[in-house]
Amino acid sequence: MIHFVLHDPKDTVAVVVVEGVKAGQDLTGWIMDEDRTIQLKSQQDIPIGHKLALKDIKGGETIIKYGHDIGKAIADIKAGAHAHVHNIKTKRW
Amino acid sequence: MITSKTTFQGYRRENGRVGVRNHVLILPVDDLSNAAAEAVANNIKGTLAIPHPYGRLQFGADLDLHFRTLIGAGSNPNVAAVVVICIEESWAKKVVDGIAKTGKPVTGFGIELHGDHDTVMRASKVAKEYVQWASELKRVECPVSDLWVSCKCGESDTTSGCGSNPTVGNAFDKLEPLGATLCFGETTEITGGEQIVADRCANGEVRERFMMMFNRYQEVVERHKTSDLVDSQPTKGNIAGGLTTIEEKALGNIQKIGKKCKVIGVIEMVTLCAASGYAVHLFPTGQGNVIGNPILPVIKLTANPRTARTMSEHIDLDVSGLLQRQKNLDQAGDELLEVMLRTCNGRLTAAEALGHREFVLTRLYESA
Repeated sequence: MIHFVLHDPKDTVAVVVVEGVKAGQDLTGWIMDEDRTIQLKSQQDIPIGHKLALKDIKGGETIIKYGHDIGKAIADIKAGAHAHVHNIKTKRW
Repeated sequence: MITSKTTFQGYRRENGRVGVRNHVLILPVDDLSNAAAEAVANNIKGTLAIPHPYGRLQFGADLDLHFRTLIGAGSNPNVAAVVVICIEESWAKKVVDGIAKTGKPVTGFGIELHGDHDTVMRASKVAKEYVQWASELKRVECPVSDLWVSCKCGESDTTSGCGSNPTVGNAFDKLEPLGATLCFGETTEITGGEQIVADRCANGEVRERFMMMFNRYQEVVERHKTSDLVDSQPTKGNIAGGLTTIEEKALGNIQKIGKKCKVIGVIEMVTLCAASGYAVHLFPTGQGNVIGNPILPVIKLTANPRTARTMSEHIDLDVSGLLQRQKNLDQAGDELLEVMLRTCNGRLTAAEALGHREFVLTRLYESA
């Protein structure tokens, strides 16, 4: 079972692709570009389609997805925690 | 597998373009003519009225775009013949003359000095002739190079960028070498990824035109935004689906152009795909968009297993297996091409079967 996917091995966040991920669950992730899997424990319940942090991220740090800058952290985010609008914001607007 | 020998059954029109549907359109030029157009479509079975709210008191570039969009819609190769209805006869003629350049049968009617009853009667007589004539047109074998395919996504979520958009990209990478004409449409939704698209432009001229269009629209955003676009891009639906920033959405959107396709031209971003002559449309969705179009079949695909389960009647292709590593992008792309060719050969899409005929005209500015 694949619980989350990421595009590029440099990505710092990944997407949950199954329903019902619970806090403390052991998750398997798939790095699509390299076709290999990684393991991570979730810190929180995370809905399908939402992201989790792949490493500890400090407030102000750039978030990487698709190997590109997609915005910045506006709070510290722990590896395995829910990463979304409450702790990430665009750099554009 | 799609190859240079792959063919589909299409309608070859008078101007050589190939359609995959055989509509007889009843086209109102303005909102005042909607009632008469719908009455004609009700009288004559097998015709299709496309009512819309615009066409009066517009001027300048806005009015010009209105005319070009209607003429483009009537000229689309999925359309066999057109009856145009307008409050004023001279404006009906303007649209008729535009569509007539394709060589297809088209007649216009003005309501002034006649009233609805007489207009509906006269237009119905012509519509009946058109629909009987069109019903005898035969599909013929056509190469993939005759196909015009457009794409635009909607109700995106994170699964769009991981699964359904790259599936379209894979299909595009396979269609491009076969000579198909391809189009992908975005506006503010490539913000943060515009450099990637710019770098994919075939030459400096195309690149310059693309960046000009992009920057021009960014200026519109700057002029009209209240605070920032955080409220509309990503949309509330996007955010509910897990998309956090416009950059993330943009990078997902750009997956649709595949790994190899080059950008060779930039059409005015507001010109609709149907009005530009595209015959079939690929529409990746995440959270589940239900859109259709009266003129071109819209094929919807999703990689979100929840959407595939809860909104299955709207989904033509479920590629959620991609995200479980059950299939690879190449297989998903082939599946999409197979569904696309079946659709081109006449299979109705989910949106067509459900009666989705969204016809949305763009207005450039407030003119009245």
